[in-house]
Formats: sequence, structure tokens, C-alpha cells
Amino acid sequence: MAGERAVELVRELHRAAGGSLPPFRAEGLRQALEEMRALYERNQADVSEAKSGRTDLIFLIRFRHCCLLRNQRCVLAYLYDRLLRIRALRWEYGSVLPSTIQFHMAAEEVEWFNRYKKSLATYMRSVGGEEGLDLTQDIKPPKSLYIEVRCLRDYGEFEIDDGTTILLKKNSQHFLPRWKCEQLIRQGVLEHILS
Amino acid sequence: MSEAYFPVDPGLGPEENFLSLDDILMSQEKLPGRAESALPRLAFALGQGAGTGDSIPEGSKLEIPLWLAKGLHDSKRRIISVELPKIYKEAWRTVFSADANVVDLHKMGPYYYGFGSQLLNFDNPENPEIAQTILQTFISRFRRIMDSSQNAYNEDTSALVARLDELERALFRAGQKGLNDFQCWEKGQASQITASSLVQNYGKRKFTDMDG
Repeated sequence: MAGERAVELVRELHRAAGGSLPPFRAEGLRQALEEMRALYERNQADVSEAKSGRTDLIFLIRFRHCCLLRNQRCVLAYLYDRLLRIRALRWEYGSVLPSTIQFHMAAEEVEWFNRYKKSLATYMRSVGGEEGLDLTQDIKPPKSLYIEVRCLRDYGEFEIDDGTTILLKKNSQHFLPRWKCEQLIRQGVLEHILS
Repeated sequence: MSEAYFPVDPGLGPEENFLSLDDILMSQEKLPGRAESALPRLAFALGQGAGTGDSIPEGSKLEIPLWLAKGLHDSKRRIISVELPKIYKEAWRTVFSADANVVDLHKMGPYYYGFGSQLLNFDNPENPEIAQTILQTFISRFRRIMDSSQNAYNEDTSALVARLDELERALFRAGQKGLNDFQCWEKGQASQITASSLVQNYGKRKFTDMDG
């Protein structure tokens, strides 16, 4: 049945719940496009046959055309939904993605991510006066400037505002400026402790 | 659920949403049909017969996915006629009107509402009854879904959602999220910064190489 390959792409993406990004299926995509090309070529041949009198083929042509449109829809939806997921990564992880996620992205998607990053940065510089405004900060309203955090894994040295460096070792606890460590908490390096 | 990822919502009513993954999978569901005239060279494409040149004789039964049925539907020249899947037929409509709560919509659907709304695109004489049944089914099941989603806190919900169709599951998740967020706020944890749910989703995998 035509269209199976393209739907399989959609099905796999739909199964990856919660906005996680499954590996890019370049091979599946290529097969779907190949199928579309074949459908188109066979339709071209049948169209010329139908023109010379075989009107009973019109339905067959229409059937193939439906399959073409279906494949197109599946492929577009697949690519678009992946972009939505990649866009979410910028807000969840920050501007640098872990390499395990980058492995799952196609070259074009990496390119798109970089451009999105740039647009967002340009916009954030343009609002909020001289220095701009980091929109990814303080997604939840802050109650205090400093928070208590616990380190969940060995991270290494970390420099804070006043120029001192601290060593983020597994299971060590620190009292740090909130804005400095918010991103690390989002990334799962630190854990926010409520007293 | 990731806070920053908003998937394309499925369409409501007779319109599908072009980019919605849910709608694509919904329109992949099959429905029974019949060939009203002989269809040359189509047997192979529809998975019947071996050779590419075989044609489908008039009157043979077909199983076609919804997207194809929609694309081929033509009110002037009826080449393929579409029948109702049994769950939307008179017999099942009686079951739904008796007690909609006992039906396992996940097994029967799992896109009972979406697929049913799509069926209204084919000019079927039973359309008003189908629409009415779908609406009444939703009304009578909604109360229980809302109740369970708002009150099952810190519980295993798999038994509660097992019999729900995809639309109902989405409603259930929305209710659960509201409940969890409210409980969080009551415990004073709303201001706690938490690790991104994406990070949690990726589980135990290590992101040691952050500059990769």
C-alpha cells in the first residue's frame, strides 16, 4: 500500500512522547520521496494514455495523486514537528546542545537551530534597555536572589559573579546566585533545594 | 510533558489539521468500502491480487484508509462507496445510548471521536444520528473522565485511561497536569526550579560532553 513508509515516520515521531527528539530517519525519508517520484512518473505515463482515449484510467490517476498528496503531508508534518521539538530544546537546554541530541539531528536541522538561536539572541538584545533581556531566565518568578543547590554529578569548576571559582563536585551543596545556576538546574546538573 | 514543546493540535469537527501527527494517524484508520465499477490496474496498489496489471472487479469489497476514501470521494461519480465501520452503525449506537461508560473506546477506536467526525464528510443518510451519538457519548463519558483526572493524585492511572480514546486521554492529561501543579503550589514547591522534563526523559544517559 502506498504511503506506508511516510506514515511510519510519523508514527515513530508520535511515539516519542514528551517532546523528545528521536533520530532523524534520512533513509525512511529518502524512500518516501522515492515512492513519490515513482508514483509521479507512472501517472505521467498513464495521463498520456488517458489522453489517447482510455478514460477508464482517470480513476487510477486520481488514486495515485491522492497517494502523492498523502506522502507530501506526512513528510511535511514529520519535518515540521521535529522543528517544533528542536525549538523547544533551545528553551530547555540553552544554546548549546548535548552531543547525544545533536547526533539525532540532520545537518539542515542543526543549521536551522543555529539560525533560530541567532534570531532569538538578536531579539533578546533589542529589548529591555542597554544590555538586553534574557527571556530564558526566571521562567518561574524568583523569590530570592540566592538559592541553595546540591550538585548531582561532577561538573568541574564554576565561576560566580564576584570572580571566585567553586568546585561543583557530586553531592556538594552550595549557596549560589539564582541567575547563575538556573540553567544548570534545567540541565540536571544541580538540584534546587527548598529549605 | 516538556514545557516548551507544543505539538500541533488535531483538528476539531469535520476539518483535519494538515500538520497534526494525531490527525495523520487518525486518517490512517481503515473503513470498509465497495467498488461501484471495475477499477483497472488498481488491485496491486490496494493489496489485492499479485500482478500490477490486475483490475478490481465491480462490486468487490475493499478496505481503504480514511485519507484515501476522502480523496476519492466524489458525490457526482460514485466509483467507490464507503460504508460505516460497525462501531458507528445502528447496533453500536444503541449500545452507546444505553451506557456509553462501559465501552472500551481505546480498543474500538482509538480515535472514536475524530474518526466519527470525519465520517460526516461522506454524504451518508445516517449522518445526523452519527453526530448525535458521538456528542451524547462524549457528554455521558466526560463527567467520569473529569472526576478521575481531578482526583487521582499520586496513583497509578493506567487503569483509568486504558479504556479512553485519544481525545479523552488528552483531556485526562490536562486534568492531571492541573491537579499536580495545584498540589505543587499548595506545598510551596511552585517556585522550585526543576530539571527540564526533557532531561528527565532522556533518563540515565549522561550528558558529560556539554560542549559537544
